[in-house]
Parts: sequence; C-alpha cells; structure tokens
Amino acid sequence: MEPVFDLVPIWAGIIGFGIIMYVLMDGFDLGQGILFPFAPDEDARGVMMNSVAPVWDGNETWLILGGAGLLAAFPLVYSVFLPALYLGVFLMLAGLIFRGVAFEFRFKAKTSRYLWNWAFAGGSILASFAQGAVVGTYIQGFEVENFRYVGGALDWLTPFTVMTGLGMLAGYALLGSTWLIMKSEGYIQDWAYRITPYLLAALAAVFVIVSIWTPLVNDDVRSRWFDQVSLIWLLPVGALISMAVLLRALKRRDEGMPFVATMGIFIFAYLGLLFSKLPYIVPPTYTIWDAASAHESQLFLLIGLLFVIPFVLMYTAWTYWVFRGKVKAGVGYH
Amino acid sequence: MELDPLLLSRLQFAFVVSFHAIFPVFTIGLASYIAVLEGLAYKTENPIWTRLSSFWTRVFAVVFGMGVVSGIVMAFQFGTNWSNFSYISANFLGPILSYEVVTAFFLEAAFLGVLLFGRGKVPPGIFLLSAILVAVGTFISSFWILSANSWMHTPAGFEFRGELIYVTSWLEAIFNPSLPYRFAHMGLASFLTGGFVVAGVSAWYLIRKREVEANRKALSMTLWLLLILTPLQTWVGDLHGLNTLEHQPVKVAAMEGNWETQSNVPLLLFALPDQENQTNRFEIGIPNLASIILKHSADGVVPGLNEVAPEEQPPVAWVFWSFRVMVGIGLLMIAVAVTGLVLRLKGTLWSSQWYWRVLQVMSITPFIAVIAGWFTTEIGRAPWLIYGVMTFEQGLTPSLQGWMALVTLIGYIVVYALVFTGGLYYLMRILRDGLEYQAHEPDDEPSHRAKRPLSAVDVPLEEGA
Ligand code: HDD
Ligand code: HEM
Ligand code: HEM
Repeated sequence: MEPVFDLVPIWAGIIGFGIIMYVLMDGFDLGQGILFPFAPDEDARGVMMNSVAPVWDGNETWLILGGAGLLAAFPLVYSVFLPALYLGVFLMLAGLIFRGVAFEFRFKAKTSRYLWNWAFAGGSILASFAQGAVVGTYIQGFEVENFRYVGGALDWLTPFTVMTGLGMLAGYALLGSTWLIMKSEGYIQDWAYRITPYLLAALAAVFVIVSIWTPLVNDDVRSRWFDQVSLIWLLPVGALISMAVLLRALKRRDEGMPFVATMGIFIFAYLGLLFSKLPYIVPPTYTIWDAASAHESQLFLLIGLLFVIPFVLMYTAWTYWVFRGKVKAGVGYH
Repeated sequence: MELDPLLLSRLQFAFVVSFHAIFPVFTIGLASYIAVLEGLAYKTENPIWTRLSSFWTRVFAVVFGMGVVSGIVMAFQFGTNWSNFSYISANFLGPILSYEVVTAFFLEAAFLGVLLFGRGKVPPGIFLLSAILVAVGTFISSFWILSANSWMHTPAGFEFRGELIYVTSWLEAIFNPSLPYRFAHMGLASFLTGGFVVAGVSAWYLIRKREVEANRKALSMTLWLLLILTPLQTWVGDLHGLNTLEHQPVKVAAMEGNWETQSNVPLLLFALPDQENQTNRFEIGIPNLASIILKHSADGVVPGLNEVAPEEQPPVAWVFWSFRVMVGIGLLMIAVAVTGLVLRLKGTLWSSQWYWRVLQVMSITPFIAVIAGWFTTEIGRAPWLIYGVMTFEQGLTPSLQGWMALVTLIGYIVVYALVFTGGLYYLMRILRDGLEYQAHEPDDEPSHRAKRPLSAVDVPLEEGA
C-alpha cells in the first residue's frame, strides 16, 4: 500500500515541538539546580525550589514523550543515539534521579539538608551537561554502518561536546534566573536580576565559539551557512534581537519579559541548529526518511495524538494556572 | 576475565525492572483504594474517610515518586541495552509506549498534583474526580505496558519485511492472546498488594490501639475485598497457565518441572531440577494432579522439556521455584482471607491479636509473589526475547561492551540502594506518625509542601514527631 501522503515531515515537526517543549520547560527547573550553590541563603533556595516544585514532574514527562516518540516515529534515532551516548545517558538518568529525590527530601531534612542541596545541584548540573553533550554529539555526527551504531563508548565525549555541555549549563541557568525574576520578589529577585547579565554573557560566549567551531569541523554545516546568503541568516539575527530585548528588559526591571526573551533565544538557536542539519537526523548518514518508522505506525499514533495532546496541553496549562503567582519566602504550596 | 555484555544486560534489565515493578503494583491498588475512600467521604461526609484517605495519600506519594524515577530509567533501557530489539520491533513498540505516555503518564502527573495539594483549593467534586483520574491513569498505563510485554510473549498481528517488523493488524497485536490473562492477573495482583498492605498496617495500628475506630473500618472493608479477590486470583492464574500451555508449552513444562512429554504427570510440591542431566532429584508430588489441572484428566498428556533442545530450555530451577513461591503465597492468601471471615462470623475478629499479627506479616507477601510471578513469566521465556521470533542475543545492542554494561549495572545498584533506603526510611516515618499526624499539624506552620509526589509527606527526616 503506497502512502497517500508523507507523514515524515509532520512527525519531524511533532518531535521537534516535543523537544523544544522539554528544553524550555525542564530547562528553567534544571536551572534552579544549577544556580543553587550560588544562591544568597537557605531561604532563597527554598523559594527557588518551591517556584518549580508544582510543575517539574509534568515537565519531565515531555522527556519521556521524546524518548517514546522517537522510538515510534524515528526508531533509527532512538537505536543509534542511545547506544552511542550509553554512558552519558546513564549520567543523565542518575542526575535526574538524585535531583528528583532531593527535591522532596530537602524540605524534611534538618541536619542533613546540605546533602540534599548538593544532590539537587549536582543532579541538575550533571543532567544539564549531559543534555548539552547530546546536542554536541548530534552536530558532530555518528559512526554508523547498516543502521547500527559502530563507534566507541566515549566518542561522544570530545572538547566540542564539553563545550556544548557547558553552553547548555549556561543556557539553563539563564532560563532559571529569568524564571526566578518572574516568580520571586525582594532580595531574591534582586539577586536574580544581578546574575542574569553574567549568565547571558557566558551563553553568548559559548554561542560565538560554537558558531565559529561548527563550520570549521563540519563541511556540510559550512556550506549550508556560507555558500549563499539565505533566509536562515535570519535565525541568528533573531537570537541577537532576543538578547537585546533581554538586556533592555533587565534594565527596565521588567518581570515577565526577561523569561520570554530567553525563551526566544533558545527557540532561535534551536531552529538554527535544526536548519544546519536537516534533513539529516542521524548525521552525517541518515535523513529523516531513512530513520522513519512504517507509515502505518506513524499514522496509528498520529490519529491518537490529535485527540489526546489538546487535552494534555489543556490540563497542563490548568495546573500552571492553579499554581500561578509569586512564591513567598518560607511559604510553600498547600 | 571476559565480561559478557549479554549476561550483564540481562542482569541489569532484571534488576531495574524488578525494582520498578514493586512500586507500580502497590500504587495501582492504592490509587483505587484512595478513590473509593474519597468517594465515601464525598457521599457520607464522615470525617473518618477523609482522614484515612489523607493518610494513605501520604504513603501513596512516596511510593509513586519512587515509581516515577525508576520508570524514567525503564524508558531508556530498551534503547541503551537492547537497541537491535528496539529498532526491529519499533513499528509496534514505539506507538504502544507513546500511547502510554500521552494517555496515562501526563494524566497521572497532572491530577496527582491536585490529589496531593488540591484539598480545599478545588471544589470537592473536582477533588474526587482527580482521585479517580489518577486511579484510571494507573490502569491505562498498565494496560499499554502489559500489552507490549504480552506481545513479546505471544506475538501476533505482524509480519517481517526485510529485517523489520511491520504491524498487519493493530487489534490483533495489541489484544494479543496472553494480554487478557496477564492484564487481569496483574490487576488483581495490584489490588491484592494494596489490600494486604492496608490490612497489615491497620492491624498494626490496632495492636497498638491507635485510632481504633478508623482502622477497624479500614481493616473490615479490606478483608471483604481480599475474601473475594484471593480465590479470583487463583482462578485467573489457572486460566493464565492454560493460556501459557497453549502458546509457550516449554515454559509450563519448566514451571511443572516436567522433563518428558507424558501422561499422568504428578504435581510436584518439591523437587530439585537438574538441568545438566535433564531430570529432577528428590521429587515429592501428588500423582496425576498436573495432568488433571492442565488437561482435565488423569491420563492427559502434558508436554515436557524434551520438546526442545537443551539450549532452548529456560533455566528450569528458577522458573520452577519462582512459580512455587507465587502459588504458595496465593494459597496462603486465601487461607488468611478465609480465616478472617471465620473470625468475623464467630465475632472474635476485634479481639484476635494473633490474627492481626499474621496480617502484619502478610503485608510483604504480595511483593514477593509479584516478583516471583514476573520471574516465572520472564525467565520462563528464555532464550526468547520475542517468543519464537528473536532471542536475547539478537536483541542486544551491537556496540555494547562488557565493561560499559558492568559500569552502569553497578551504577544503578548504587543509585537505587541510596534512593530506596531514603524512601523506606520515609515510609516508616509516615507509618509511625500514623493517622493522628495531620490532626496535630499546626495550620500556620510554614509548609514546605510542593506538588511533587514525595513532598506531600511533610515529615522532618531527623526530628521526632
Ligand atoms: C503493571 C504496571 C507497570 C509495569 C509492568 C511497568 N510500569 Fe512503568 N509505571 C507504571 C506501571 C507499570 C505506573 C503505575 O503507571 C507508574 C508507577 C508510578 C508512576 O508514576 O506511574 C509507572 C511509571 C513509569 C514511568 C514514569 C512516568 C511518569 O513520569 O509519570 C516510566 C517512564 C515507566 N513507568 C516506564 C515503564 C517501562 C519502560 C516498563 C517496562 C519495562 C514499565 N514502566 C513497567
Ligand atoms: C514490571 C514487571 C516486570 C518484571 C519484574 C520483569 C522481570 C524480568 C526478569 C527477571 C527478566 C530476566 C529474565 C532473564 O534474563 O532470564 C526479564 C527479562 C526481560 N523483560 Fe521483563 N519484567 C517485567 C516487565 C516487563 C515488561 C513490561 C517488558 C516489556 C514491555 C519487559 C521486557 C523484558 C525484556 C526485554 C527482557 C529481556 C532482557 C533480559 O533478559 O533481562 N519486562 N524481565
Ligand atoms: C495461587 C494461584 C496463582 C496461580 C495459579 C498463578 C498462575 C500464574 C501463572 C501460570 C503465571 C505465568 C504466566 C506466564 O506464562 O507468563 C503467573 C504470572 C504472574 N503472577 Fe501468578 N498465579 C497465582 C497467584 C499469584 C499471586 C497471589 C500474585 C501476586 C499478588 C501473582 C502475581 C503474578 C505476576 C505479577 C505474574 C507475572 C505477570 C503475568 O505474566 O501475568 N500470582 N501466575
């Protein structure tokens, strides 16, 4: 049976949407963990945790959807990335586990509270770094043969991926600090305003390095960007404008705008990354069509998603609404 | 020494999935119990129901939290250690696991928050609805994952094109031959787990004379439930076995310790299977009974392990003994439930301390039975990953080296040991604090609760209550 229409681009869009949803949503709560060691005091740490506690479980479900969705729509990605990143995936999961548990235990602990502080910070940093390394590995490409990964255990760990890992740390920290601006007040908010420009500078530095480095190590990316002037140049311009908006919002002490602008930076950078690579999804060898699952499998799942995802988005939005507003020091959710 | 990635991956999978499994079986049962309590609270406005529900919700929160963190690991295990299997069967497995995420996990995550922290914040009706939706979510989740698992035992509705599996009938693949039995058996196992834990904990409080009225109510209703469910589970288990006999006769032969296809097979109560010599040492059995159970006649011919070559047999002793542990516990459960009825009829239920102690001990048996049941099922399918279609070896990640699998195996053991110790410590604290806990909670105390599962349990770790 010949498919009547091509679902592969639709699925690429869905997975792409799922991933950016995850990055933006889990990014700001991972960011709290990254900033944790630098917080002014324990009260501030309490506020930081409480500001994300009601929502992070739902946020992380997007990661599971990403995993399962890849298996469903692009099984080749699932079965090449995970073996290639074997040890990195373990580190990420260990980080997420410790961080998840720390979330809960820290509030109940008294003398051992510092332990859970470390578990939360360490777990968040580990998981964020590992996710950044995944991005770097994707840019770098995979050694594959006959639809199987054939590279080594540590191919994913190179100076370049360390760089992208650090970039992810800076980026998530920025999402975290701008989220905190929105959700806190008083000295905690002041602190968040103060650190945000430094985080932005760190992120911008990584951007510049990666933007120079990638075309140097990767011919395809170079020709994609530099062979002719094309519309994709608008993407880095968009990222730059978002940065400018962020700076201006900080100066005017806007509360919501910094977070929105940071999301803008992420979205433009993400699109830029996608357009450097697509249609290659297991670079440098396989395109989204090579990696796609059977048409009928994609269709079977798509039909269900069209019904279910609107509801998921609706009740997720509802929870955010139930827990809206500023978080006060020493006061949690009932 | 050569490290075998296959063996290590199997150990790793068995470890992480067994660890994960003990949490869902409990939460599935408990979620429904909480929904019932909330329903009673809504209808009767008797505060006892609300207190019971709040207490069990705190327990639920810890167990559910552990289920979530260990579950995230499971979602990636298929790809890291069994990438060939994932790749080849993705056309079926992918959509099934994705449906689980979108129809169950999001539902559970969202409404759990309301269940844990929404009391008084949302109208009572919405609150009850949230409790029900969480319970429904756990069932939807187990439906999908058991469909995937059952399909690996009794694959259906697919064909190979090239090296990949393509689904030819979604209906046949999802509702494959062993799914109804496995789903029913596992659902009952979850209720039994929830039931025996609730019974054991209530009995423990009764021994200590704490909150007698509420705990009597809880124990009484749970004993009625167990009285119905324990025999039902045995019946469903028997049907499950007959279904297995049809589709995986070698597994049943291993469960029965029956080496040769023959008639008048005894039901072995005790035996030491000796795989090397393809026979049993020391047998104690009831003549003809296995033939009667499986073929409904004493001279029924039952397939034996000699139907396949020794390399294609599962490790018989493991299957044989796991099965006996499960069935033994199942029968014990019936005995305990019936004893409860007898005591109730004699009117001595509320004075029989010894029986409460028995219930207290019984509360760990469902977990053992569940693990034993999964061991029977899963080890009994060896060496097949997808029965008759793909072996463990064919499913393994090709690039996986022994040392990598060893590092992560040790890693998971260490991480889980830490998490489990913390969680268990916590549960003990909640149980010690008991139903009285929230009655003493000062209202204006700065609360540190978050919407996350474990945070609902606002018990300081080191401080006495
Ligand atoms: C019969 C039930 C059952 C079985 C056999 C499994 N699970 Fe499970 N799982 C559940 C029943 C469940 C649940 C009741 O739905 C959980 C428990 C706690 C929770 O959050 O949901 C869950 C949680 C859970 C989560 C976290 C969901 C969240 O964040 O809310 C994931 C990713 C998985 N599971 C994945 C798996 C995989 C890949 C399995 C197969 C090897 C598996 N589970 C076996
Ligand atoms: C939740 C309860 C479960 C438990 C306790 C459990 C237990 C086990 C055990 C003990 C093994 C080892 C068998 C051996 O290596 O000889 C195994 C194997 C396996 N099971 Fe399960 N299982 C469970 C559910 C599932 C589900 C739901 C799936 C799939 C959807 C699954 C997929 C597998 C796979 C792929 C293997 C082969 C890898 C291996 O040999 O370890 N299991 N399981
Ligand atoms: C006493 C009567 C029981 C009988 C006759 C029985 C029978 C069976 C059989 C034949 C299987 C293997 C199915 C297969 O071929 O894969 C099985 C699996 C299993 N049993 Fe039981 N069982 C009994 C009691 C229990 C109890 C009391 C529990 C837990 C509380 C339990 C939990 C399980 C689980 C979790 C599995 C693995 C999942 C599955 O395949 O359904 N069983 N049982």
